[in-house]
Amino acid sequence: MEYCIMVVACDQSLPHIIETHNVVREFKGHDKPVKALDGVSIYIDEGEIFGLLGPNGAGKTTLIKILTTLLLPTRGTASVGGFDVVKEPHKVRKIISLVSGGETPGYGILSASENLWFFSQLYGLTSSAAKAEIKRLIADLEFEEYAKTRMSKLSTGYKQRLNLARGLLNNPRIFFLDEPTLGLDVLTSRKLRSYIVDWAKKERKGTVLLTTHYMAEADEMCDRVAIIDRGKILACDSPLTLKEKLKENVIMKAEVSSVQADFGFLDQMKGIVGVSQTRSIQTNTTSLKIMVREEKTFNDILSKLEKQNLKILSVNKAEPTLEDVYISLVGRGFEEETAS
Amino acid sequence: MRAAYARLWVRIKGGNREPEWLIAELIIPVITLSAYIFLYKMVKAPPQYAGFVIIGGTLMAFWSNVLWNMSAQFYWEKETGTLEAYLVAPISRMAIQLGMALGGFVNTTLRAIAVFVAGILIFQVPMALYEPFTAIVIFLLTIGALYALGMMFASLFLLYGREAWHTANLLQEPIQFLSGTYYPTTSSVIPFTVQLLSSLIPLTFGLDGIRRVAILGQGIKEVWPNIVALAIFTLILLPLARQALKFMENLGKKEGRLTLRWQ
Repeated sequence: MEYCIMVVACDQSLPHIIETHNVVREFKGHDKPVKALDGVSIYIDEGEIFGLLGPNGAGKTTLIKILTTLLLPTRGTASVGGFDVVKEPHKVRKIISLVSGGETPGYGILSASENLWFFSQLYGLTSSAAKAEIKRLIADLEFEEYAKTRMSKLSTGYKQRLNLARGLLNNPRIFFLDEPTLGLDVLTSRKLRSYIVDWAKKERKGTVLLTTHYMAEADEMCDRVAIIDRGKILACDSPLTLKEKLKENVIMKAEVSSVQADFGFLDQMKGIVGVSQTRSIQTNTTSLKIMVREEKTFNDILSKLEKQNLKILSVNKAEPTLEDVYISLVGRGFEEETAS
Repeated sequence: MRAAYARLWVRIKGGNREPEWLIAELIIPVITLSAYIFLYKMVKAPPQYAGFVIIGGTLMAFWSNVLWNMSAQFYWEKETGTLEAYLVAPISRMAIQLGMALGGFVNTTLRAIAVFVAGILIFQVPMALYEPFTAIVIFLLTIGALYALGMMFASLFLLYGREAWHTANLLQEPIQFLSGTYYPTTSSVIPFTVQLLSSLIPLTFGLDGIRRVAILGQGIKEVWPNIVALAIFTLILLPLARQALKFMENLGKKEGRLTLRWQ
């Protein structure tokens, strides 16, 4: 299998609202340090919705923790709003907010609005200003009927609405969102995404740094996306440009009637840029997404699959997605195996 | 101050929203006091011993609050996910600590007064309080020193995982024993080493001082060393708590354990 990994530095000479220069973060490992970030250099401009896209363990949360002053970099520098995250953390905290997906948005024993009042006080809002802002956010995020419900009794979706409202209480200049739609249903995810985009583009004109491992989320929301894997930024551009770069390749999807088949032969074949496999135990099928340089390579693949007595259920040509960009960069998909 | 007030408000609101806790916190201490008072009556100890026990039980409520709701608080905040929101907010961490301490103090005072009054009424304890102001000063200084100690423990527990729970458990009984919650540590029966160790705990000076003023009828002339000791404890522990918090937060950021859960 042929694929290339290029380390991209998204860098410019002008000052940006977020900048990192060769940020390295190491954690203690069993026998040697583990590099969670390996020379990350990115810039983000004011008003941008910037996505960090990568699989679990890619280093997305580590980077967000450094930028929100929760973690120190081992090496390198980072600034947010022109303030150094290591030397001026207090100044950084005044202009940011952080919301993580799957987090508890406060104290279970307090109601949704009581929790919001509590967090508003951490940002110095007067009680009357806080109450007005809470009322507005609760209405905007559509959970008025649960405003007086104890947080512990809210569903995951409403907890995340509350979490988002908490993050917006201080009207942050830079809003950090770490997997904001993690574990949410499709409708709630869509609603929250559209709310965040409206907030950033129309209402506040603020900057958003979003981490996600959902391709569609990054594609739909972000002005620019950085693809991160094993602590390295592999590509950084607008979703459209990233996908445009793949036009020279052919992407094919094939569904095969086996969940146990060995597709190891694909690694040995020439002309393959990358492969992603999704196995479903429920349907006993494997979905293959294969990126090839020339369409004829795919014919060879199909004949090899047939030789293995595998039933090919469907074959489609696909338009490039951000997942394909990732596959083209690292040679594999985000989730190689999904037992659903 | 807004942050401190907000944290205090959460503690009071949350603390009184589940009345089942109130029952447990009022009845269990009275049962414990009763056991010691009956024991002293059986061995025909002077009647003042019942008063010693009631004052010990009352202050123990504060120690338990410091230990379980103050020291281990940041650990719980971390486990529930709210610590991250605190640490990203532009507030002094000491403001949060202050709010936790004041909220805990207000909640516990109501329970402690109930235990104190119930104990005095049930066991008809003879009181000899001639200098109430001195008693109040000692009480407030004891509370100040205890909560300052709690703030320091909270800072140290910031990076703790499950062991925070065990450490709090470990501190419960020895402090109860050394500070003389249910007996006076100044008695000649208590070995010198125990007395020496007990002098390292602010609760010992608070208990001894209040007992002297409220039960034995003594005044400022006799208890001024207690007042000085408690003031010194507070003055040392508060800045120490601040430094410990700063150090532990920085260490957590370096090691990546600040908001790491389920350690």
